[in-house]
Amino acid sequence: MKATIKEIEQNLIDDFALLENWEEKYEYLIEMGQDMPAMEPALKTDDRLVQGCQSSVWFDIHCEEGNLVFSADSDSLIVKGMVAVLNAIFNGQPAEAVLQSDMSLFDTLGLWRHVSSQRGSGLTAMIGHLKQSAAECLGEQQEEQ
Amino acid sequence: MSKDILSARADFPILKQTINGLPLVYLDNAATTHKPQSVIDAISCYYSTMNANIHRGNHTLAVQATQAYEDVRKKVGTFINAPSSSQVIFTRGTTESINLVAYSFGRAFVKPGDEIIVSQLEHHSNYVPWLLMCQRQGAVFRVLPFDENSELDLQALEKLLNKKTRLVAVNHVSNTLGTVNPVEEIIRVAHAAKVPVLVDGAQAIQHLAHDVQALDADFYAFSGHKMYAPMGVGVLYGKKEWLEQLPPFQSGGEMIDEVTPDSVTFNVLPYKFEAGTPNVADVIGLGAAIDYLNQFNSTELQSFEDELLEYGLGLLRAIPGLTVYGNPRQRSAILPFNIEGIQHYDLGTLLDTKGIAVRTGQHCTQPIMDALHIAGTVRASLAIYNSRDDLDAMAKGIDRVVRLIRRQT
Repeated sequence: MKATIKEIEQNLIDDFALLENWEEKYEYLIEMGQDMPAMEPALKTDDRLVQGCQSSVWFDIHCEEGNLVFSADSDSLIVKGMVAVLNAIFNGQPAEAVLQSDMSLFDTLGLWRHVSSQRGSGLTAMIGHLKQSAAECLGEQQEEQ
Repeated sequence: MSKDILSARADFPILKQTINGLPLVYLDNAATTHKPQSVIDAISCYYSTMNANIHRGNHTLAVQATQAYEDVRKKVGTFINAPSSSQVIFTRGTTESINLVAYSFGRAFVKPGDEIIVSQLEHHSNYVPWLLMCQRQGAVFRVLPFDENSELDLQALEKLLNKKTRLVAVNHVSNTLGTVNPVEEIIRVAHAAKVPVLVDGAQAIQHLAHDVQALDADFYAFSGHKMYAPMGVGVLYGKKEWLEQLPPFQSGGEMIDEVTPDSVTFNVLPYKFEAGTPNVADVIGLGAAIDYLNQFNSTELQSFEDELLEYGLGLLRAIPGLTVYGNPRQRSAILPFNIEGIQHYDLGTLLDTKGIAVRTGQHCTQPIMDALHIAGTVRASLAIYNSRDDLDAMAKGIDRVVRLIRRQT
């Protein structure tokens, strides 16, 4: 069984705590992005672009039995790293849990203040996009029931 | 004896701080410059000793504040060599100055089928107001293109100008590429066709000579915050014959002459265009910034910045895989670039970890990005307090980022 959002968040917090400065944190983030499963190039279409980012970010999101399943990529290594964080935590999780998550992890990692305040990073837009997809997924599931 | 340019850095308190434990290397001056202590003190002094609403008050503070505010208008007039300080209108900044002209000029002079010419090198603030005005008035929006050297095509301008052209809007210096446009020649060509010209001087006022009469500009707009003055104050200069003919932009107090139950007449220049309580404190800050700049020899200052720019361009061009955009005959204070295989956002973010502040993205100039077929650039931009050390730190930082990214990918 997949670990819960809280458990995965704690692991990431522990990992980031070992990093001493911003350069190391970004380097680690870039590594996470590079290690993330690749997105099918054919899926990188304009309709999958998340609006509000300085770099291009694509999300392909499906709802599978109430779980949010996605692949994603970015042309920015740092943004791809943030995508990888979102991927590690939320991919395959129940839509309801994604909706309820307070996303406080980014605060704890210090990434929120540093990165999300920059319009360019688009982290806020990505989280908004995930939450909206989770809400739609939940809606679909409730209609089926 | 003018002030030594190398002494400027010590006048800016913010530059003494560290970012991520390292000395701040501030190369984002085209976005905004820092403020010298004298400007900060002038604002503080205004609120501590003089604060009052201006013009209509008859108590001591109101008289003093009015005097100080109007003294700055005269100072700005002298600074840009305006024929009269009544042609100096205080605004919130370049954007508001341009919106004022686009709105008022459009209402007065632009009819359906008329044409406006805007250059492809414009910041959105000298592009979108004209586009919207053309939509409102049913006019045709024409774009003057730039060439492979990032210079405007003056022959194309001559072809675009015709009997229906009502105005040409162009920047003095491109905020994205640093191109110094031949505004004198553009104005001469436009005037030959009896067309007025608005010049966006936001990136020129702090770097180049500024003589609106020598330029023969019909309108000249600039911001305080890019010339060491506070944010929230800017200037619109206009020729008297135009300003007198234009209807007001905003309405309210100060701009009226007489109001009856169902009619209104307007105040004289410049008050016709200054509705509401103005930003007195920041206007006084602007005055202090002009006093600050006047301590330097402007020719020396321009050569200093030009030499620094050449030094920076040399450092950048020596970096493998780096492209510097544009190759204009004259460039001012702006270094736009990208490195092959590295996203501009990543480079900017990683430079910040070393205390180096640059800007990344489209710089509010999507038409330029489209023409160059790029998503964005890194932009370093210079000011009076920068040094070769700053540019060396940036080059060293870039080298480090490139190695970090090449290791990972």
